[in-house]
Parts: sequence; structure tokens; C-alpha cells
Amino acid sequence: MDYAIEFKNVDKKYGEQTILHDLNFGIHKGKITTILGFSGAGKSTLMKIIMGLTPVTEGDVLVLDTKINDLHDMSLREFRKNFGMVFQYAALFDFLTSFENVAFPLREFTKLKEPEIKKKVLDLLAATGIQVEAAYKLPSELSGGMRKRVGLARALALEPQIMLYDEPTSGLDPITTHVVYDLIVDTAKRNEERQFTSVIISHDIHATLKYSDYILFLEKGKVVEHSNVETFKKSVNPTIRRFLEL
Amino acid sequence: MVYIKNWIEQLGQSIIDSITGLGDFTQYMFITAFWAIKPPFRWKLLWDQMYFIGNKSLFIVSLTAGFTGMVFALQIYLGFTFMNIDSLIGPLVLISLAKELAPVFTGLVVAGRCGAAMAAQIGTMKVTEQVDALEVMGINSYQYLSVPRILAAMLSMPLLTGIFLFVGYLGSWLIGVKVLGIDAVIYTMKVGDFMKLSMIAEGLIKGFVFGYLIGVIGTYHGFKVSGGAEGVGRGTNMAVVWGMIIVLIVDFFLTNFLAKIL
Repeated sequence: MDYAIEFKNVDKKYGEQTILHDLNFGIHKGKITTILGFSGAGKSTLMKIIMGLTPVTEGDVLVLDTKINDLHDMSLREFRKNFGMVFQYAALFDFLTSFENVAFPLREFTKLKEPEIKKKVLDLLAATGIQVEAAYKLPSELSGGMRKRVGLARALALEPQIMLYDEPTSGLDPITTHVVYDLIVDTAKRNEERQFTSVIISHDIHATLKYSDYILFLEKGKVVEHSNVETFKKSVNPTIRRFLEL
Repeated sequence: MVYIKNWIEQLGQSIIDSITGLGDFTQYMFITAFWAIKPPFRWKLLWDQMYFIGNKSLFIVSLTAGFTGMVFALQIYLGFTFMNIDSLIGPLVLISLAKELAPVFTGLVVAGRCGAAMAAQIGTMKVTEQVDALEVMGINSYQYLSVPRILAAMLSMPLLTGIFLFVGYLGSWLIGVKVLGIDAVIYTMKVGDFMKLSMIAEGLIKGFVFGYLIGVIGTYHGFKVSGGAEGVGRGTNMAVVWGMIIVLIVDFFLTNFLAKIL
């Protein structure tokens, strides 16, 4: 199997407390995988491990065939350019306009000239459904859904290989939730050729079943199910059944 | 007995916390120093922070300086006229301002205004995951957020101290000459008999050191923020309180040290 992310015997402890235990799984390249689970199941820690923001206690994490727990700080920072991340509340820099937020990584990491940056930013904003007039507004002047779109545009700016979405629809109304998911699927399709991988952390079982290719279910720091949607629906695990019956 | 045991436990815990905190802060000082000398150098951010710390503090620093100079001249006049040495008011005010009042008062004002702002800005960015967003992009958040603020405080503080000195002396001159009727020539010329350049240098060096401390304390408490709006408030409060306390404590040791080398 061709995996974008692979966990091998991974344990994560904070002091005496075990957060993740003996994780062994692979996230498929070019697919949309959703990590589901109750609050406190270890989903956010898992995401931080994937990004190399927190070290594992034991085991190996391979991202794009690179063992990230062997990378030192500087290499890890460089490696993170392979990732894009859309945060729960977008995490846009509140002192910058939408345009400047999207332009930020381009100005930091590329040698593009200002006219090229302007074109690329406006293209990215258009692709995520942001009108030109909203491009010059501060995040505080945008709705939650629009902020998520700008966050997605910013995360896509450096054309990452892997996109991580941390509860991308929390706090959004049902219509906007589906608009955001459509955008996630659309982004994945547009980048399909380069095996663009999407990993979503979510609580929304209905959207997950509708939009994901694979589902990984975490319970008390362990993977209790990792399968495609059809197999997941047939799971006999009582916790998953409770989720499915919601 | 249980009460004593609890008290000893609390005392022990607070000692451990203090030592851990001090170690953490020292580590932070080294980390920021390391990132300050490492490219890329973000000149625009430095300039923006200097504008915020320096230019935007001008009014409050000048106001404090003017009234400090006026009050100081008035108080000294009340004592010196008894001894008939009111011609020494000018030099005494200027020396006091240059060596102590200008750097310390500027430090207190900047700690209150800018130290708080640094902690609040970084703290808010921390609780809203903006700091994480920087890290995820591969940008070192200490280099991006702390370094420009610390350097800007270090560069702005001596300038503000100089302005405090000038405005403070002007305030004292207005009271001494225009209100109390001391001869303008005596008030000004006597300064030359007592004032040395090393005294001004002492104030400016203190300003530089206080700028570093205010910057490093303000940003440190910003990065230590956790737990939402309450945490931001707590971090801001800590930045101001510790900024002011450290300025006062370090001033004592720095005065001792500079007296030996200048």
C-alpha cells in the first residue's frame, strides 16, 4: 500500500498518562481520511504528532517516507512545508487582511515578485469562493465560514502534499458545513494528480460518511477501526455503533 | 500537625515552581538570543515595533517627563532656598534625571504600556492558535514574534530616555525660571559645572538594559499564556508587574556597576 503517513508501534505519554497506545496504521496517499472519536480520545495529539509538533514516546512516524521523529528542529521546520493546515477557528493572523494572510507564506518562503503573489493570492481566494472585496477585510470582519475559506486558501498557498483539517466545520451552520466539505473534496480533486492527501479531524459523523474515503476511529488512545466508509458502516464496535446511530 | 504539613508542602512546591520558572525564563532568554542572530532578519517587523514602542509612547513619556521635571524642581526649590543654594537646582535636576529618573520612569511607563501590549498580543495569538499556525508553516514563532519586539524595546528605550531627559529638564526650567524666578543664565550655565557625559551615558545604558528586560519579560509572559481570555489577562498582568519590579531591582545593581566603570 502507498501511504502518505504511517504510524508504527507509536505510544505517546504525558508524564504517567498514556494518551496514545500502540498505534499501527497508514493513511492512504491521495485520499480523504477522517479521524473520528470522542473528545479526549487523542485526536489532537495525533495531529500534532503528524506535524512533528510533539514527539512520540515510542515508535516511528513516517510522513512521505521520511521518519519525522529522527528530524531535528531545523529539518522539521523545512519538512513542515509539505503540510497545510486548516485550524478549528481558522487561526488567521488578526493583524493582516485576508489577502495578506494568504500572501504571508508566499512572501516568507518563495521568491515570487509582488505582481505574481497578487495573482496567485487572488486565484487561491477565488478558488475557495472569496470575493475580491472580502480579500481586503480583516479576519474580524469576516463570518466563520469565510474565515475557514481564507484559512484553506492560506494553507494551499505553498501547494502542500498533505492537508490537515482540525474540525473544519465546528461552529458552522449545516449549510456552511456542507459548503466547507464540498470545498475540501473539490480541493482534493483539483490536486488529485499529485496525490494530494487530506486528513480531517471531525465529530460530524454524517459529513464524514458522506465525504471521506477512509475513516479512522480512535477510542481512549487506540485505533478501534480503520477502514473505508462501507466497511466502517458495518462495524460491530459498540462505540462506533453509538456514533452511527446519532 | 496537618496544617503544618500542608504549609511545608506548599512552601516546598512554591520553591520548586520558582526555580522551574527561573530556569524556563533563562532558557527563553537564550533561545531568543539565538534566534536574534539567525537569518532571516525581519527589518519591517522591527521597524513596526519600534514605531509602536518608540513613537506611540512619546506622548505618555513626555507627559510623565514634563511633570516629573516640574515637581522635582519645585520640591528641590522648597529645600534649597532654606540653604540659599537655589542656583544648584538646574544641575541637580538634570543629574537626577540623567542618572536615575529618566531611565527608571521611562522603564516603568514602557513596561506598563508596551510590556502589557506584548504579552496581550502574543497571548491572544497563542490562545487563538495563530502561534501554532506560524509553527506549522515552518516559521519559528520566537524569531517572528519575540525577537523584533525585544530588539525594538532595546533600541527605543535609550531614545525615549533621552527624550524624557530633555522634556523633564524643560519642565524643571519652566518652573525654576518662569515660575520661581531663578535667573535663566544661572539655571542653565551651572549645569556645565557639574554635568558629565558619563552621566547621560549611564542613563542611556540603563534604558538599553531596561528595554531588553521589558521586551523579554513581556514576550515571555505572552508565550506562557494558556486558557483563553482569563489567561491573556493573567499574562498581561504578570508582564506589567514583573517588568516594573525587575526594572527597579536591576536599577539598583546597574547603578552600582556603572558607578565603577564609568
